[in-house]
Amino acid sequence: MGEVTKGGPLDRREVVRRLLADRQDLLVVTGLGSASYDVMAAGDHDNNYYLWAAMGSAAMVGLGLATAQPGKSVLVITGDGEMLMGFGALATIALRRPANLTIAVLDNGHFGETGMQESHAGRGISLDKVAASCGFSWTGEITEMAGVDALKARVAARDGLKLATLKIKPENLPRVLPPRDGVHIKNRFRAALGYQPI
Amino acid sequence: MEAALQGASGTGWQDDVFRVLKDHDVKHVVYVPDAGHSTAIRLSEADDTIHSVVLTTEEEGIGYLAGAWLGGERGALLLQSSGVGNCINTLALQVCAQFPLLMVVTMRGDWAEFNGWQNPMGQATERSLNLMGVMTWRADDPKDVAPLLHGAATMAFNGNSSCAVLLGQRLIGEKKWVK
Repeated sequence: MGEVTKGGPLDRREVVRRLLADRQDLLVVTGLGSASYDVMAAGDHDNNYYLWAAMGSAAMVGLGLATAQPGKSVLVITGDGEMLMGFGALATIALRRPANLTIAVLDNGHFGETGMQESHAGRGISLDKVAASCGFSWTGEITEMAGVDALKARVAARDGLKLATLKIKPENLPRVLPPRDGVHIKNRFRAALGYQPI
Repeated sequence: MEAALQGASGTGWQDDVFRVLKDHDVKHVVYVPDAGHSTAIRLSEADDTIHSVVLTTEEEGIGYLAGAWLGGERGALLLQSSGVGNCINTLALQVCAQFPLLMVVTMRGDWAEFNGWQNPMGQATERSLNLMGVMTWRADDPKDVAPLLHGAATMAFNGNSSCAVLLGQRLIGEKKWVK
C-alpha cells in the first residue's frame, strides 16, 4: 500500500471554512461527528444538512440530493471513519456519476470521536484511490491549502463526480454543535429550496 | 390512483407494485435485487422518468431516499427481508428526522423456505421493523398488493412516516432449488 500517511498537516477548521466561504447556493451534507462540528464552526446555514446518526450514510444522502437537484452543487463533508462505514456507497455512487456531487473526506487517519483509535485510512487505505478505482471523474489527495482552493473551484464547476481526501491533523478541537432537531433541520433545508412542510 | 384504490389491476401483482409507485409520483427506485422484485426493477430501469439505483447494501437506500426528499422528490426502497437486518441502525435517521420512507420487502424464511439459514432474519423481519418505528402490512394474496402498497405510500408521503409492505413467500411462490 506504499507509504502510510496518518492524517496530514492541514487544519480541519481552516479547510472547511475555506471550502464554504462565499458558498452561494451550495448544498452541504455532513457526516456525523467532527465533520459536522467543522461545518457548524464555519457558520450555520439553511443549506446545511447535519447527520447525527446513520453512520456511513452521508455520501448516500449526498447522492440522493444531487440526483434530485442536478442544477446545484452538492458537497458532502465527512470523516474517514464515516466514509469507511459506507465503503460500498462509493461503488453505488460511481455507477450514478452525478456531475454535481463532490465528496470531501477529512482524513486524519483516526476515529477521532471515540478516542483517536487508528482507522483503516491511517493504516494505509486511500479513499481517493478507492474512488478512482470505482470510476469517479476526479479524485485527489490534498495536503496543502492551495489544493483546498482548487477543490472549491471544482465543487462549483459541476463537471463530474469527485472525491478528495484532505489530510488533516489528528486532533480533537472544541466541539461546535449543530442543531440536533432532525425535523427542524430537514424542514429548514427543504424550505430553503422552496418546499413546504407536508 | 383510482386503480390502486380499486385493488389489483388484473395484470399481476408484480406489475401492480410498479404501477402504484408511479401513481404516487415515485421518482427514485433504489434496490438490492431479489427475484420477487424483478418486474418492478425492470420497469423502473426502463422508465426515463425514474432514477433506478442499484445498491451494494440496503441501508444505502435509506440515506439516498432522505437526500432525495431533501431535494423535493419521492422514492421507494425495494429489498429482501434479509436486507431489513442491514437497515436497523440506519433507520434512526427516519425516526429522528421523520423522512418519509416507503419499503417493499420480499420475504424469505417465511413460508416453505428450503434454506433454513434464511429463517432467523425472515422470522424477525416484521418485529424488527416495528421496533425501529416502521409500520408494516403483509400481503399474501395477489389482490392485496396494490391496495396495501397504496395505503403504505399514502401514509409514508402524507405522514412523514416509515412504512413497509411485506410481500409474503406464499405470494411470491416457492423458490425452485432443483431444476
